[in-house]
This record gives sequence, structure tokens and C-alpha cells, in this order.
Amino acid sequence: MTTQTQQIQAPAAPVKRRPSAGLSGHRFAGPLFASPALLGLAIFLVAPFVLALVLSFYRVQLNSPRPARFVGFEQYTRLFTDPDLAAAFGHALLNNFTFAVIVVPVQTVLALALAVLVNRKLRGMVVFRTFIFMPLVFPLALTAVIWRLIYSRGDQGLLNAILGFFSGGGLTSHDWLGDPTTALGSIIVMSIWQSVSFQMIIVLAALQSVPTELYEAASLDRANKWAQFLNVTVPGIRNTLIFVALITTIFSFRLFDQVYLLSRSGSVDRGSTETVMTQIINTGFDNNNVGQAAAMTVIFMLIITVIAIIQRAVARQRGGV
Amino acid sequence: MAMSKTVKPGRRGGSMKRTRRWQTALHYLILTVVSLFFFLPVYYLIVGSFRPSAEVLSGISGFVPTNLSLDNYTGVFEHLGSEATGYFGQFAAVSILVTTAVVAGSLVVNSMAAYSFARMQWRGKKIIFLLVIVLTIIPFEAVALPLYFMFSGQRDTIFIQAIPFIANAFSIFLFYTFFLDVPGEIEEAARLDGAGPFRTFFQVVVPITKPAFATVAILTFLAQWGSYLWPVLMVSDPTVRPLPLAISIFQNQQPPEWGQVLAFGTMFIVPVLAVFLVFQRWFVASISSSAVKG
Repeated sequence: MTTQTQQIQAPAAPVKRRPSAGLSGHRFAGPLFASPALLGLAIFLVAPFVLALVLSFYRVQLNSPRPARFVGFEQYTRLFTDPDLAAAFGHALLNNFTFAVIVVPVQTVLALALAVLVNRKLRGMVVFRTFIFMPLVFPLALTAVIWRLIYSRGDQGLLNAILGFFSGGGLTSHDWLGDPTTALGSIIVMSIWQSVSFQMIIVLAALQSVPTELYEAASLDRANKWAQFLNVTVPGIRNTLIFVALITTIFSFRLFDQVYLLSRSGSVDRGSTETVMTQIINTGFDNNNVGQAAAMTVIFMLIITVIAIIQRAVARQRGGV
Repeated sequence: MAMSKTVKPGRRGGSMKRTRRWQTALHYLILTVVSLFFFLPVYYLIVGSFRPSAEVLSGISGFVPTNLSLDNYTGVFEHLGSEATGYFGQFAAVSILVTTAVVAGSLVVNSMAAYSFARMQWRGKKIIFLLVIVLTIIPFEAVALPLYFMFSGQRDTIFIQAIPFIANAFSIFLFYTFFLDVPGEIEEAARLDGAGPFRTFFQVVVPITKPAFATVAILTFLAQWGSYLWPVLMVSDPTVRPLPLAISIFQNQQPPEWGQVLAFGTMFIVPVLAVFLVFQRWFVASISSSAVKG
């Protein structure tokens, strides 16, 4: 990226003076072009972000006759010490971490495996690729509805029926979403179904950009396919894999749509699937405790920032993605 | 392969060909299993939408396309037939309107900003661009609640469903990377012809950077068509309810009519699937270029 910028700017430097003089009538064109977007970002991103910080120091409700009251760090301390709150919030954080710890490696490896699988010129590959890419266009709300039926409890549920069929009735039917031990796992599978092809496409693009000469050199060295994969492919796409892992980590913390939809319909065990985002919405929107939810939002943002900083640092270490 | 030692040198090629063929067969087998995992839920959605509600949840026979009819579709329109429940057509209209407004608006606004950052000289540009890059890490989830607090007076309007998503830092960044590659001579020529910045941008730069516009359009469309969190907070009136929120409410009705829920879902996704099948190459290209972040 950086080299590109320099290449384009360097030759422009000597003639810089002339066009800017010629464009003196358009002195405001630059800021003018940027202003609608900047205005939008200021109002709908920067302002609420700052507001979240401010609100987190108040006890405040929406449409309440009581005025907002400054409480300092109370919302934060309560979040970690108040027994009722701390347990629930800690649980939600833990669920997000669990989700990330499972999904990030599994989805990154799956994305790589799928990319390798479809990165071969075979007849009919277009059709297979189409099938694999399809879930990509599915909104999460719809995904949750379909999988809710797949996971249905009782032996008429699709997954239960399939498992029962292949085990010859040996596996008894299971309440996948309702049982606390399998609820989060079930949500993980549906999330991977919906989003792994996104990551896979990114990895596929990287695979195709590994120079073929490297493979030729490796096969001259009599390296077998597996050795080629480990010594040529993986190092060649290392940065992309890191990028994919980190965006998946961020996705894991943003987890909301599927869980909220399913918990509203009462078909999922709440405690084991609650996330930071569903807590924020439950607290701030459903229970109108805006100040408390704002404090959660700030903590959520801190987590995202830390992940983003790690991503930058790792990318820079290797000389940019 | 222990076998290959015993094979005569002359026939080695034949055995390699044979293993190659086995490998290909295995490859196809894995591809089929994987494709089934991704496709079966889609198939189940579409086939189930044509089957009697009672047979949607009936074990493996839920997959078998028997007793097909349009009853679920007429059922959806009957079920959603009053002001109180909202109308399917209305939900779809809201989604189409909001998504179109966001996609169109974001193409104009973000491309102009990106062009300004990539190709124009003005004071403070560098620092502001840096800020925009920093903003790309803030996900919408982080501002949803305070935004709801700010605009609670605008609840249940079409306007508030669309406006927050038009300006987008990541779209600006994507456009920026594309505009950097535009050769400077082209703009210089336009300038010598007496074109101002507006004409240079809209008549010269935009036509040669169509892939950038396609990329941002597709990524924005996918995010917006499925937008759920913001409508949860901002919409309670059925007349301005978009499809994702509508299906989440519809699937909760008692007693459950699963065939109708699947018919609703099919109408929600089939137009998008059709567009995807036609423009698959573009979808894939836009997603892979979303990884240029660095």
C-alpha cells in the first residue's frame, strides 16, 4: 500500500505548483468534496461515540422525568463489583471469549481448507463454488430462523432426525439450542455456515497471488504437496491468515443478531449464549438503563480497539499486509 | 506408495495416472459433502416453503419435495393482512427503499470524500484522513445505543433507518485505494480541457473506476439488506418495519406456521440469490478487495 502511494505522488511533485495555481478558483473544492461524508461521520459515528463516554458517567434513562445524575465511575465499578450485574456481565464477556477462542481458529483453518479445496481447476468447480458461497448473501436474521428449525428439539427436528438416521436410532434427540452445554456450540456452527465463505474468498485471493515460480522451485527440490503447502503456501499467505483471524475476532465480539433473535423467541438457553452486545441492548433498550449500557459500550469499544491495535502491530511487523 | 516399486519402469506413468484419478475422485467427494453442508439449509428453506406447515418439521422427510403448493405464500399474505400485523409488501418496500437510499447515498458521498483525500490538495487533509482511517475500527454496534439515545425522537421513520449508514469510513478507504491507481495524466488532460473538479470527477474519474463503485455497492447492499440491530432499536411501527425485523417477529407467532415462515424467508432471499447467481464474480471480487486493509 505505502509503496503505491509513493509511486503515484512522487512524479506529481514537480508539477505540483502549476495545477494548484491553475485551480485557485477551486480552492474549496477539496474540503467541499469531503464535507458531506465528514459531516455524516461526525454526527453518526464520532458524536455517539463521545456521547457513550459521557453517558457512562451518569445515571440516566430515556424519557424519564428524573434528570440525569452524575455518578462518576459508579457504573463501571458496579459492572465489576455489584453481584447481580457483575455475574451477568462477566458471563457475557466469557461467552464472547469462548466464542472467539473456538471460532477464530476453526473458521480460519476452515477458510483455508475450503480455499485450497476450490482452488483447483476441475470440471464443475463453478457449481461447487456457487453452493459454498451461497450463505454469504443470507442475512443473519434469516440464518437464525432457518437454523432454529434445523436445531428443533424432538425427533422431528432436522438435525436430530439426520443423526438418528445415521446412528440407526442410537443417538437420542437433543435440544440443541435449549441445552446450556450445546447452545453456544449450535450458534457457532450456524455462524460459521453463514460467514466462513467470506473469509474463504479473502484467503482464496491470497492463495492465487502466491507466485507460481515458488511452487516450481519447490517441486524441483522434490518437495511433496504437503511440504509445498507448509513451506510455500502458508508463509506466502501468512499475513492474510492473520488478517482473517483478527477480523473474525472482532466479529466474535460483535455477535448479536442471531443470539438476540433466538433469545426473544425463547428457543435458546440465555445464560450460555448472552453476549456483550445483547447485554448492552437488554440493559439500555429493554430495561432503559442507558448509563449502565453506555459503560458496557465503552468496555466493548476498548476490547475492539485492543484487537485492532494488535492487528496493526502484527501487520506492520511484517511490512504491511 | 509401496506398489510403485514393483511396477515396471515403463508402466509407472499409468500408476501415477491412476493415483491422480483417485485423488480427483476423492476431491469431488469432499467437494460434494462440503457443498451439501452449505446448500442443504438453502434447499430446506425453499422446498419447505412449498410444503404443508405440518410437514416442515417431520424429520428427514422434511427434505422430500412432496405435496408442493403455494398455500404458504397465500398464507403469508393472509396472515399479514391488517394494519396491526403490517403487510409483507410494506416490509419489502421499506427494505428496498432504505437499502437503495443507503447504497446510492454512500456511493456518491464516500467516493467524493475519497477522491478529495486521494487527489486534491487542501489544508488539514492529512490529519483528517488519518482520523477517518482510525474511525474504520469503530463498528456500528459500539455506537448503536448512544445513537438511539440521540435520535429517539425520530423513531419509526424511514429517514432515520437510512441516514446513519450513508457516510462510511471503510467505504471511503476502499474508494481511496482505487483512486490512487488512476493515472494522473487523465485528470491533467481533463483539466487542460477546462474541466473543473466536479466535471473531472464525475465525467472522467467515475467512468474509469466502475469496479470501485461495484465493490462498495455490493458490500453496502449486503450489510444493509440484513440490517437488524438498528431496526430493533428504532422501529416499532409495522408500517415502517424492514424485512429482517419483520421475519424475526413473524417467526415468533403462535401457533407457529413453519411453512409460512419459510415462505417469508424465501421471498426475503430469493431476489438476492438471483442477483448473486448472475453477478457472482462481482460479489467475490468485492469481498476479496475488502481485505486490502493495511
